[in-house]
Amino acid sequence: MTTTQQTPHHSPDDEPEEQNDSWRGYAEEGNDELSRATTVRLQKHSRKLLGELLRPYHKMIWLLVVIVLVENGARLAVPYLVSLGIDKGIPPIIASKHGLAGEGSQTLVTVVLVVFASALIQAFARQLFLMRSGRLGQTILLGLRRRVFDHFQRLSPSFHDKYTSGRVISRLTSDVDVIDEMLRTGFDGLVTALLTLVGTAVLLLVLDLQLGLIALLSFPALFMITRWFRRRSAIVYRRTREAVVLVIVHFVESMGGIRAVQAFRREPRNEEIFYDVNDKYREANLESFRINAIFMPSIKGVGNITIVAILAYGGWQAYHGHVTVGVLTAFLLYLRQFFEPLQDISQFYNTFLSASAALEKLSGVLNEKPDVAEPVKPAKPPAHTRGHLELRDVQFQYVDGVRVLPGLQLDVPAGQTLALVGTTGAGKTTIAKLVARFYDPTGGHVLLDGIDLRDLTEDDLRDRVVMVTQENFLFTGTVADNIRFGKPTATMDEIVDAAKVIGAHDFIMALPDGYETAVAKRGSRLSAGQRQLVAFARAFLADPAVLILDEATSSLDIPSERLIQRALRTILDDRTAIVIAHRLSTVETADRVIVLEHGRIIEDGAPSTLITTGGNYAGLHQAWEDSLA
Amino acid sequence: MPSEQPVQAPSIAAPSSRTTPRRSQNLWRLRPYLRPHKWRLLIMFSTAILGVGVGLSVPLVTRAIIDGPVTRREIDLLLPLGLLALGLSISEVLLVWVRRWAQSRAVSDLEAALRNDLYIRLQALPMEFHNRWQSGQLLSRVTADLSTIRRFMGFGLLFLVINILQLVVVTVLLLRLYWPLGVVVLVAAAPIIVVSLQFEKKYLAISRLVQDQQGDLATRIEESAVGFRVIKAFGRREHVKQQFDDGAVKLYDTSVDKVRLSARFWTFLGVIPNLTLVIVLLLGALAVGREAITLGTLVAFITLMLSLIWPVSSLGTILAMAQEAMTSADRISEILDTESTITDGPDELVNPRGHLRFENVSFRFSPDSADVLHHIDLDLAPGTTLALVGATGSGKTTLTSLVPRLYDVTGGRITIDGHDVRDLTTRSLRSAVASAFDDPTLFSMSARENITLGRPEATEADVQQALEIAQATFANDLPWGLETRVGEQGMSLSGGQRQRLALARAVLARPSVLVLDDTLSALDVHTEALVEEALRNVLAETTGIVVAHRASTVMLADQVALLENGTITAVGTHQELLATVPAYRQLLAAEEEEVHA
Repeated sequence: MTTTQQTPHHSPDDEPEEQNDSWRGYAEEGNDELSRATTVRLQKHSRKLLGELLRPYHKMIWLLVVIVLVENGARLAVPYLVSLGIDKGIPPIIASKHGLAGEGSQTLVTVVLVVFASALIQAFARQLFLMRSGRLGQTILLGLRRRVFDHFQRLSPSFHDKYTSGRVISRLTSDVDVIDEMLRTGFDGLVTALLTLVGTAVLLLVLDLQLGLIALLSFPALFMITRWFRRRSAIVYRRTREAVVLVIVHFVESMGGIRAVQAFRREPRNEEIFYDVNDKYREANLESFRINAIFMPSIKGVGNITIVAILAYGGWQAYHGHVTVGVLTAFLLYLRQFFEPLQDISQFYNTFLSASAALEKLSGVLNEKPDVAEPVKPAKPPAHTRGHLELRDVQFQYVDGVRVLPGLQLDVPAGQTLALVGTTGAGKTTIAKLVARFYDPTGGHVLLDGIDLRDLTEDDLRDRVVMVTQENFLFTGTVADNIRFGKPTATMDEIVDAAKVIGAHDFIMALPDGYETAVAKRGSRLSAGQRQLVAFARAFLADPAVLILDEATSSLDIPSERLIQRALRTILDDRTAIVIAHRLSTVETADRVIVLEHGRIIEDGAPSTLITTGGNYAGLHQAWEDSLA
Repeated sequence: MPSEQPVQAPSIAAPSSRTTPRRSQNLWRLRPYLRPHKWRLLIMFSTAILGVGVGLSVPLVTRAIIDGPVTRREIDLLLPLGLLALGLSISEVLLVWVRRWAQSRAVSDLEAALRNDLYIRLQALPMEFHNRWQSGQLLSRVTADLSTIRRFMGFGLLFLVINILQLVVVTVLLLRLYWPLGVVVLVAAAPIIVVSLQFEKKYLAISRLVQDQQGDLATRIEESAVGFRVIKAFGRREHVKQQFDDGAVKLYDTSVDKVRLSARFWTFLGVIPNLTLVIVLLLGALAVGREAITLGTLVAFITLMLSLIWPVSSLGTILAMAQEAMTSADRISEILDTESTITDGPDELVNPRGHLRFENVSFRFSPDSADVLHHIDLDLAPGTTLALVGATGSGKTTLTSLVPRLYDVTGGRITIDGHDVRDLTTRSLRSAVASAFDDPTLFSMSARENITLGRPEATEADVQQALEIAQATFANDLPWGLETRVGEQGMSLSGGQRQRLALARAVLARPSVLVLDDTLSALDVHTEALVEEALRNVLAETTGIVVAHRASTVMLADQVALLENGTITAVGTHQELLATVPAYRQLLAAEEEEVHA
């Protein structure tokens, strides 16, 4: 989706023609804006992907090739048979004057029967080809969908952080759809066009060498025109894509953020911007239509001139008896078949371009390796994890080189509730994400009950460590489904119990269908607080040994938060917990508090002791007390 | 995603007589968009008709060449006939070129103009409309539906006329060339037309099904992407994968059915002309044998007959295209027909002081639902700030949305400086009122463009001041400073950063009424304190409504109003309410109790 972004090195005055676009601002070079070397590499990857997708079906593909050869053979035979009919079948009839009853009718009858047979063979082969190739295309597509979906799910959160959900969605929807379209329309068309091209050329030369050579004279012209078309199309195609992305982004954001648009009277400026992007899209479209407007008549023109040349020269030759009327007819029929598929190429060339671009993007994704890899030799953790966490000399820096944790030592005994306190950027969330293995540390070890997290399989880890964040995402389905997400095997009673413990039961029962109430898209039927309660119930149901709460209560109003806090006391009682919260009320309930600054522990102790020591935490506590007054 | 249409478009299958005329009307009413192109349309149609004529005369010249120079040995005729054929062929090409050229401009303009108008229209429609419609549904209307209409106007309509014309002319020609063979062709064409009409109906149905299933699958994909971290946190990859797989397999099955259907149809379409050819060849040869027709006539006949395949077989496709275009026109009309309920009033608000009054205000989202707000009476003198406190879902956000008329009250009235807000132009009302929302929307534009949303003419100093107040000076340190693109397509910012930019945006608008809807929720305590300190000065000069969850935010206000069950149950200072209203105490003082319990 970011093909249009400028490179970071452009300053605003670099490109005066872009000044109308100054509203867009500047952004990082998108992953899709590629250097030449990367393009070549990606093309290699996408060819490899194509190979991998097709390889399991190579037998079927060979079968299809045979079928399509038979079909085209039968199709191309018809004009030749017509010529035989005219040259060999008709004269005896004229001579005998007896119609079909006469002696000479045999050839004609044979020819007609063969035409009939080849029509049937062609129909049969075509049906078989369309069915088989269509099914094969869908099978490949299903495989591709599964593969890409699964791969996205396997990739690490850090990948998703920078890739954004919008791009994940478009890879799996529009890109896959484009490939679908190519498989459906392009493949058949391309194969038919190619086979017709070669088959016809051969047949023409066999039928009559001279006339055939004249017909072949059109090839260089066709080649030039097609090459021109391909080049122009590729450029214009790119322009169109860039323009349409801008239109879509601007449209979706205007409508998605309509509240801000209207509240700030943004409409007139938006209209200007939309008019601009829309007009660019219109121009790009216009140009692509015009390329077609030149290409298609040009091909037709070459075809028509060739036909006239054959007609004139063939007529001359026929006059002299060098060529029969039948051959001449066959030529005219062949040439008609010859040029039509070529015109169609323009129809699916754009599809072909989109599909290869889509394939490149998909192969790019499939080449991403998860930063957080599954262990080669997984350690087998004990069935009943106690939840003893240890961070040994843990270092972490983000890809951009910003060092968040310079080397952290932390030991959290099983069952302890640890609260992390510190300003934004102190490294609280990083610790949480390292423990949940959303990232791996760049140095040191994170150990659960003495086992390095990197040695645990994903399943084993997730059974034991669960993180709840502010991002309380609800899936389409009922409230019960969403709670059950924590433990797919849970019975309805377990679900209700979990909701009761969290304090979500009452509001759920007040919903129109109770637990069976469908959660509308993105949970919008529930308030932020209610969504958070459901998310908590989900985590409770999962029953992990280690529970991480990263700002999990910040969207709750105070009564709900109080409810949660009560529930937390029960929930956290017998398990290890790491709690990050803005509100000190949540922090106060912990067994132990750590104050972080620039990734270092500056204070560590029970909340009640820290208040009295007059340090950083005591200051925070005092400020908070004051705010309550 | 058609499966999620909130407003049911009249479905194609509905045989009701009432819907049919309306359907075609919706397409018909788009004709003003064609008006600027009437000359182009004229050129398109006339060149197309001429093209048919020219195209059909080429086989007749072929016949003349075979019969004349070749069979009757009239070699003198070869050159003129050859030149005639050449002339005809070249003019056919030129006609196609002219037609396509004119068509290119007409259709691309048509599409762009429609899209522009829809966008303008949609921006003007009220929140109430946008709540009902997902932006994805609106998007499919301005992309897919417009392309469908464009294709029909540029291609379908033209070929509907041309193909019927060609069909008639060729049939007449064939009948005149040799009527018994003409009848054979006519008989063969009939089943093709019938079958293709049937096919299109079935094909449309199955295509819809595929579309729906694609939509369902897309929902799964979207959730898997947006909810990725939740899936990861719980290790539910297999579970989600299974769900996706079910959808994908369902889609596969339907797609294969679709392939099967079209494979049969296309085969049928290919076999009929060939079988006809067999008969024509046989009967034609006999006729030549009896000297009823010449050899040239037979050749011309076969060529002409083959030229019928496309018009006949495409008829079904084109009719389906027409139906789809009508459906698309319906879907677009749903937008064009929605009247904006929030319209400009006659009065301008000049030099607003910001005296805001709610007089017995009530509000409900739709006529048949219950009141969300009722009996709201508030009086905010210019310069005062009111904190709005209430439990989750008590209607705080809705109440604040009524002031800039994102929704209109359904009872009572809201006045600013004595003017009912409905009597004001929305422009002047919304310049007087600025809001910062709880979920800050940033657009994929430069940070500056995002901040100056409400006041494009703001100076650099103004912008810096607003950033200062909102503690959002981090924006200056982004890679390109304020010209850095933010939002989905740009630099990703944290929730707190986004909130601060949105706050800067509201402050910069210099409103006389400032609405802050839980704007500070994602800030840490330290930053929050700094922002509150700076906000105090801003709020001293304007009338403010602050939606608050925390005591610290409440402290920004002169007065607090408690919202319970859709109405204001208490108004007073924080201390008063804390002392006298148990419900308030429960909401805000809860933290205190917790700690000291």
